[in-house]
Amino acid sequence: MSRKLLLTHNDVPGIQSYEVYRQQGGYASVEKALKTMAPDAVTEEVKKSGLRGRGGAGFPTGMKWSFLAKPPGVARYLVCNADESEPGTFKDRYLMERIPHLLVEGMITASYALGANTSFIYIRGEYFYVSRILEKAIEEAYAAGWLGRNILGTDYSLDLYVQVGAGAYICGEETALLESLEGKRGNPRIKPPFPAVAGLYGCPTVVNNVETIAAVVPIVMQGGDEYAKIGVGKSTGTKLISASGHINKPGVYEIEMGVPVEEFIYSEKYCGGIRNGKKLKAVVAGGSSVPILPADLILKTAKGEPRLMTYESMADGGFATGTMLGSGGFIVMDEDTSIVKNLWNFSRFYHHESCGQCSPCREGTGWMEKILHKILDGHGTLEDIDLLWDIQSKIEGKTICPLGDAAAWPVASAIRHFRAEFEEYVKNPKGIKDVKHYYRIHKLQEA
Amino acid sequence: MSNRNIAFNSETLELVQKIIRRYPEGKQKSALIPVLHIAQAEFDGWLSPEVMDYVASLLRIQPVEVYEVASFYSMFNLKPVGKCVIEVCRTSSCWMLGAEDVVAHFGKKYGIKPGETSKDGMFTLKTVECLGSCGTAPMMQVGADYYENLTLDKVDQLMDRFKKDGKRKSYTDTPEPRNQ
Repeated sequence: MSRKLLLTHNDVPGIQSYEVYRQQGGYASVEKALKTMAPDAVTEEVKKSGLRGRGGAGFPTGMKWSFLAKPPGVARYLVCNADESEPGTFKDRYLMERIPHLLVEGMITASYALGANTSFIYIRGEYFYVSRILEKAIEEAYAAGWLGRNILGTDYSLDLYVQVGAGAYICGEETALLESLEGKRGNPRIKPPFPAVAGLYGCPTVVNNVETIAAVVPIVMQGGDEYAKIGVGKSTGTKLISASGHINKPGVYEIEMGVPVEEFIYSEKYCGGIRNGKKLKAVVAGGSSVPILPADLILKTAKGEPRLMTYESMADGGFATGTMLGSGGFIVMDEDTSIVKNLWNFSRFYHHESCGQCSPCREGTGWMEKILHKILDGHGTLEDIDLLWDIQSKIEGKTICPLGDAAAWPVASAIRHFRAEFEEYVKNPKGIKDVKHYYRIHKLQEA
Repeated sequence: MSNRNIAFNSETLELVQKIIRRYPEGKQKSALIPVLHIAQAEFDGWLSPEVMDYVASLLRIQPVEVYEVASFYSMFNLKPVGKCVIEVCRTSSCWMLGAEDVVAHFGKKYGIKPGETSKDGMFTLKTVECLGSCGTAPMMQVGADYYENLTLDKVDQLMDRFKKDGKRKSYTDTPEPRNQ
């Protein structure tokens, strides 16, 4: 389980440059698609591959593409969602920084499939330095004839631009991203209409994550059927996982779908185990918005089977005992970690990042943060824990966009799996406050 | 600031016009965020009402359309800031691995708390939400650059460097070679 499809050449010196990327076989998918395949045939291969959106939601990519409305004479757009802002997630940054031409190549091939003649890479503003790397790659691609008018002598033309955001997590939601790209506040739109019908400037638009678009390259090169042979069940292909927290080897790993979670955490090939020989306490497997699972449930499902790094295995048991693969933002917490404090940190994040459009999210996220702060401050009551539960249940599913769910799920799962810890904070605040709950820098310096 | 003549130089203006041309006819408002970044970098690191009015005139939109966008996004400063805006990530893995210690260090050693600017006008400290550097936590951003795997010693070395350099940092600067 170590095949790589996206990070195959990331260690090749100079792979950021066009010359080296091309020497490694780069842009062959564009050549193959434009010269030998009709646009619909490319979409068909993506459908066969079983590729699911790598941004977090996991919706089948080929199906999303096939929803694209194609009224004659109306422009269509492909927008790459590079607004990677989900806490714990940094794989798209890694990919764009290391192999920018892979994304550019994927954008051209995917744009051809969708009939888009103008495409955008919307990247979070904080990644300004990465946007420079992408812009350079795009310039090189223009100079080599992969972008612009009549690419490879065909009648297909494409312009590709990088658009920077300005620091708003909500712009990772596809309709908020489109609002931002139109020069507005990132307020999510009510769906329907979906972007496939009315997206950028009211035109049919597909919004795909960086990793998703990059995956189109190997899919076109080896065929959808071959890609689908990798992985387990409906979780096909490879997945980039951003691993962080209390592990020995944080970083971005490309795994074949189906690696057991236990192997991912403990093997030297991946995370290398828990730092300082500590025990595993909990894992947030797919970015901060997915339910947190205690060690026993992240390593094995409720049925006692090994939990695998797949969409289905992560979700096994529903939210009662399962979680989500999400963005692949894998945050590992050791035995000293305070779940209550971590939850407060997450809740503060969602409160800060709520766009304020829907009352349950605008008011509820702040309320949850305040209650958690009260508990951490030693003034919480048992009723506060029930109140937290009640508030999260009144946010989930009741907002225009999924930020409400993202704020609610960590709270629900933390109470579900770690209620005793919340109660301990309430009953014995002094005792709890004396415990060191997270690594401190001077400790790291001593190590 | 209000007496200052607000206008991009010809080179910057050309860049702005080039950005505006990316978008379809009538959709020039799409250039707003990229142009605000340029304006912030050009005019002392923040967006005064005069600067925002100037951007509105360039894009042929109403000033309020600029105000509502500038006030929504955390990377835009709506009041004066120091030459170096230090943004410490406080979320998730950065928090678990010591971001609070970094913030506290700025308070103790340099006398600046989040939201404050040092008396010499050199530094403004901000805490920000996840910057996508969780595998190299804790980290901070200054201008276009990420400084990762922070220790308090590393913070001090960086502060010395920024002080010695004395230059204003902005997101649109050419980034330093990556050094984690």
